[in-house]
Amino acid sequence: MSDENTNQGIPAPEGAAHVIETEYEIGQDNIETQIGPFGLDIHNPVFLISGLSVVAFVAYALAAPTQAADFFGWLRPTLTSTFDWFFLLSANVFVLFCLVLIVSPYGSVRLGGKEATPDYGYPGWFAMLFAAGMGIGLMFFGVLEPAYYFGTPWGDEPLGVVRPFTEDGELIAANVDEARRMALAATSYHWALHPWAIYAVVALALALFSYNKGLPLSIRSAFYPILGERVWGWWGHIIDTLAVFATLFGLATSLGVGAQQANAGLNYIYGVPSNTTVQVLLIVGITAIALVSVLRGLDGGVKILSEINMIVAALLLIFVLFAAGAGTILSEFVVGLGAYAQEIVPLSNPFGREDTGYMQGWTAFYWAWWISWSPFVGMFIARVSRGRTVREFITCVLIIPSIVCILWMAVFGGSAISDMIANPDTSAVKANVIDSYSPELSLFAMLESLPLAGITSTIGIVLVIVFFVTSSDSGSLVIDTITAGGKVDAPVPQRVFWCTFEGLVAIALLIGGGLGSLQAMVISTGLPFTIILLLICWAIFKGLVQERQNT
Amino acid sequence: MLVPVDLAHKERLSRALDCAADLAGHYGIPATYVGVTSTTPSKMAHNPEEFGQKLKAFAEAEAGRHGIEAQTYVAIAHDPTTEVDDALMRAVSETGADLVVMASHVPDVMDYIWPSNGGKLAEHARCSVLVVRP
Repeated sequence: MSDENTNQGIPAPEGAAHVIETEYEIGQDNIETQIGPFGLDIHNPVFLISGLSVVAFVAYALAAPTQAADFFGWLRPTLTSTFDWFFLLSANVFVLFCLVLIVSPYGSVRLGGKEATPDYGYPGWFAMLFAAGMGIGLMFFGVLEPAYYFGTPWGDEPLGVVRPFTEDGELIAANVDEARRMALAATSYHWALHPWAIYAVVALALALFSYNKGLPLSIRSAFYPILGERVWGWWGHIIDTLAVFATLFGLATSLGVGAQQANAGLNYIYGVPSNTTVQVLLIVGITAIALVSVLRGLDGGVKILSEINMIVAALLLIFVLFAAGAGTILSEFVVGLGAYAQEIVPLSNPFGREDTGYMQGWTAFYWAWWISWSPFVGMFIARVSRGRTVREFITCVLIIPSIVCILWMAVFGGSAISDMIANPDTSAVKANVIDSYSPELSLFAMLESLPLAGITSTIGIVLVIVFFVTSSDSGSLVIDTITAGGKVDAPVPQRVFWCTFEGLVAIALLIGGGLGSLQAMVISTGLPFTIILLLICWAIFKGLVQERQNT
Repeated sequence: MLVPVDLAHKERLSRALDCAADLAGHYGIPATYVGVTSTTPSKMAHNPEEFGQKLKAFAEAEAGRHGIEAQTYVAIAHDPTTEVDDALMRAVSETGADLVVMASHVPDVMDYIWPSNGGKLAEHARCSVLVVRP
């Protein structure tokens, strides 16, 4: 055909961006085939290796449950306590790196080229930032963590702050204010700048190398400045497979644990029996809703669900704020912000600390956890962030979500702590967090102390479930894109496969045991990913320098 | 008249393209070639601007080959796997087209579960849709 010649070669976008010249063509390693009625377009070998290794690990956890539990149960705490300094320092590097980018001239680089316009408006974009990984955590830890730090009798008080309770559970009035202040600071530390900086680094790298440099939307692309053409070979395969692996197991184990939590909540409020059958039904239900959402696509599915969830979560936040006394809680927020600003340096310094229970058991654990989720959350954020400048991107992914998280913790944690102080003998939060540790009930216990507990607890359960749906949904999109070699137009059956696969893995682990051990394994992948993330910072810097030189 | 094209598979579209060109030539109406692309890099193009240039080159080639008047329209889908139909629907309403000429795929059992692009467009678009068998 005559038009073949005119289509040859790739015209450079005029001055808009600095496209990396590479011989690699997106999809060149893909297998396009038809199995029965199902069309497939998968990356060879990432799709197969990651699929098979997931099956192998599930089989191992089911066949040798004790051994798996012993091994991963040993590995995870060993890594987080041996490398606590490494996790803490790296997280600090990510925060500083992002803050420097905001003020540096590189902040003016626009993701997608100079002329690009944002794909999504602010409300939809913000909603989706929380949809992938953070929303579900806010529901689970919003009450638990501040209440725990406030009253912990297990010797892991942040920075060794004084305890507000005696051995017999009597309140020590003199210690209350300091314990309360530190509880909010320590919680905010885990949910504000540091986790969002981790996500921002991965997301920025992927957005930059994909939208500006024209490389496929896949984790390996971020390594182009370091590995060069080798990213298309086995180096890249390993990076992508590791990302798929961490994402899938992270999602499947969270789905399993989440089903147990939702079941515990239903049991606490409605007396629904707490057993495997109910939990399997919950997983099936969550996966089914996620499937519908996946089939409706990014705009029709996950975006709409995230927006609905943000509105409902905001209403719940406002309700708790006013029901628990807006004046007290808002002053709590101000105190929390101030305490966070004051304590962030001592909390993030890994050396010479005596509160190893807190630093290794909570902080290093959290950092490993956020980092093991970062390929997934980062890639999803990248997918929806085209058209923003680097400065705008980091401000909106780092600063604003941090403030939202601190507010959330101040409202939910603050009202829980107020309840513990006002009624130290009868407080349901104290009974379920401090006296006997049932973390999954903490949110419902706090809502119990406020009016309309029946309604708000139901809303709480719905929020938990919908946040799981959006996680499962966005996770399937991410895994599908990586295993299709960066293609975002792979056939529908593929994403259905991944979404269903997640549900099946969760059910298998729930019935056969092994959720805990594989979750520990996922968190252990945080260590290699930390090294990967540090390299990515360097890659981003190099990429931005070239972008400014060449446009 | 709108002619949706998939630049990655244009060899499979020849019958629909010939049909569209024939109609355009016969009635002396311009053909608007519509391409759906994502904002992320794909096999076809690194970014939407580049996709637009390729689509333009394609349309000019068609115009030259059949002696018709050709225009282009780039529709952007954030999630092309599932949102091609919606992007095409937007293209139909924004251009105010009277007719869509597009290729079909070989119907199979999956069509009962997931409607094809042509099928969905024929069902929901406000204009006539001519689906050409390959």
